[in-house]
Amino acid sequence: MAHIKVEEGVPGIRSLVLFRPETGKPLYELAQILLRGPSPLSEAERELIAAYVSHRNDCMFCRNSHAAAARCLFGEEENLVDDVLQEMKLSAVSDKMKALLNIAGKVQILGNKVTPEDIEEARSLGADDREIHDTVLIAASFSMFNRYVDGLASFTPTDPTVYEEMGKRMAKGYSLPQ
Amino acid sequence: MPHINFNNNLPGIRSAMAYRPETAGPLSELAEILLRDNVGLTRAERELIGMYVSYLNDCFYCHHSHGEIACIYLDGNRDLIDQVRKDYHNADISGKLKALLAVAAKVQQSGKAVTTADIENAKQQGASDRDIHDTVLIAAAFCMYNRYVDGLATLTPTDMSSYPLRAKQVAENGYGNHIYTSKQPIESI
Repeated sequence: MAHIKVEEGVPGIRSLVLFRPETGKPLYELAQILLRGPSPLSEAERELIAAYVSHRNDCMFCRNSHAAAARCLFGEEENLVDDVLQEMKLSAVSDKMKALLNIAGKVQILGNKVTPEDIEEARSLGADDREIHDTVLIAASFSMFNRYVDGLASFTPTDPTVYEEMGKRMAKGYSLPQ
Repeated sequence: MPHINFNNNLPGIRSAMAYRPETAGPLSELAEILLRDNVGLTRAERELIGMYVSYLNDCFYCHHSHGEIACIYLDGNRDLIDQVRKDYHNADISGKLKALLAVAAKVQQSGKAVTTADIENAKQQGASDRDIHDTVLIAAAFCMYNRYVDGLATLTPTDMSSYPLRAKQVAENGYGNHIYTSKQPIESI
């Protein structure tokens, strides 16, 4: 049961933004711009960062839903998602992506854990300022979304097929539920 | 030195917002609604929660910026801000705000750290569902803002006299793009 009175049966953040649409609006806009707006990182890569941070924050709802969205967006390479969540460094993503995921993992712990060496590493593997910026803000925003979803104990479905459907819908973009 | 070239010399989150105005829009709007609303929780109480979470996250820029904004809403009572930061259990604040600060401190650790007992205690002290919602979201949002500011190593002003000047700008005009588009209240950082 959620900590506050939200609509029953509505999962995760959807139930919370229906409770308070005023804050829901900028939250959904932020997700849409960060994960679907223009960026040198692909939509699949950005969803992967979101799933990776949510996994590290142990937020099952965000982890499962964003992993599902990332699988949809990676298409034939969908196995990358679970490989990264299992053991990022051993996965087949590019070295640049590993360096960016390393930065996201540091941000997940705390902002000041990101060192100049982490940034240098990402740069030497071809990451530019904009990719570093987007990685940090995606990791930071999921440090918020995860806490919002779990801090209010919102409903977390356990059926994997529910997330599959959710992932398909999320792959198309984020708009505030009415 | 910041981790990326922002192409500006602005302090803290202002530099990152100016670098990417598309995301600055919803980031400001969220702050405006969460921190300037006056229903259930006062503006001062909302800023105190933001200040306290930033302090726990060791984010110097946000911690002192929001402490100074709270100070303006508290008619200059800086002593109260020090009390909250050092030991809010014994600060001169309501039982309700103490219970909500306890919830915020749990959210700072992890969403899952918040217990039913924490929520029950807040409700007993008079917190409504909306107050609890806003407290959790303010704490969660500062876990984002703090990481954005420090994760990119934005410039942190060391001149403490500059913080009240920027705080006055926010207290008077709210959160919005003006904080990076209008003239900064002080040039030196």
